[in-house]
Amino acid sequence: MKMTKIVRSTADIFYPFCLIFGFYVVAHGHLTPGGGFQGGAVIATGAALLIVARAYEDISQRIRKNALKLCESIGLFMFLAAGLSGLFLGHPFFANWLAQAGSIFGQPVAWGPNPGDLNTAGLLPLMNIAVGIEVLGGLSIILLYMISGVKEKE
Amino acid sequence: MRTAFISAILLILLGGFIYLASDLSFGNPAVTDMDDYFIRHGQEQCGANNIVTTVVFDYRGFDTLGEATVLFTAVLGVGIMFRKLRKGEEYEND
Repeated sequence: MKMTKIVRSTADIFYPFCLIFGFYVVAHGHLTPGGGFQGGAVIATGAALLIVARAYEDISQRIRKNALKLCESIGLFMFLAAGLSGLFLGHPFFANWLAQAGSIFGQPVAWGPNPGDLNTAGLLPLMNIAVGIEVLGGLSIILLYMISGVKEKE
Repeated sequence: MRTAFISAILLILLGGFIYLASDLSFGNPAVTDMDDYFIRHGQEQCGANNIVTTVVFDYRGFDTLGEATVLFTAVLGVGIMFRKLRKGEEYEND
């Protein structure tokens, strides 16, 4: 089923903005409201926009199922690796050993309300990105699977 | 007759529920030790400004791992349900 040209053009224009906003929510998860789950859901909304506006044959050219499957597995694996990484350095499971250590994502944070610095919070941004990758792959592929099960009528 | 009876019972239950709910005190919890601890120590212990992310990914990271696994399993189930049929395979109820 194809929508009119107006709907298709609007979806094409809004799709990149959806992706940018989603990646912003994921990347700033430790500073602003939102995080991995929410940002991944926003990115999957961009995929849903395309799926609603176009036929499945057009979508399957632009969004590959195998890439999304890979995204999902890699996201979960990255999250597990981030949790397990503390074990090899003498910290407990899921310990935030990168926080305020001075290296990447390791700047100290002042107490109280402050504008915030992207280069803080240790493992939290990495976990946010991992979960974001997993959620965007998972939700998009659920939608793709379901739309591929619908029989098209001419 | 029967519909009126069921509606009356539902109305009475709704009234009782609202009466009970109106007695609860909102916005003034009795125990706030845990919330105060997160708000006071979240920034210095984890270095993040977003306390919600601190709780979700650091203090309760194990819970988030389970959440991610649940999502993975759900996608796996949908993938199994909507997979392509193999050669020579047919639908069970057709």
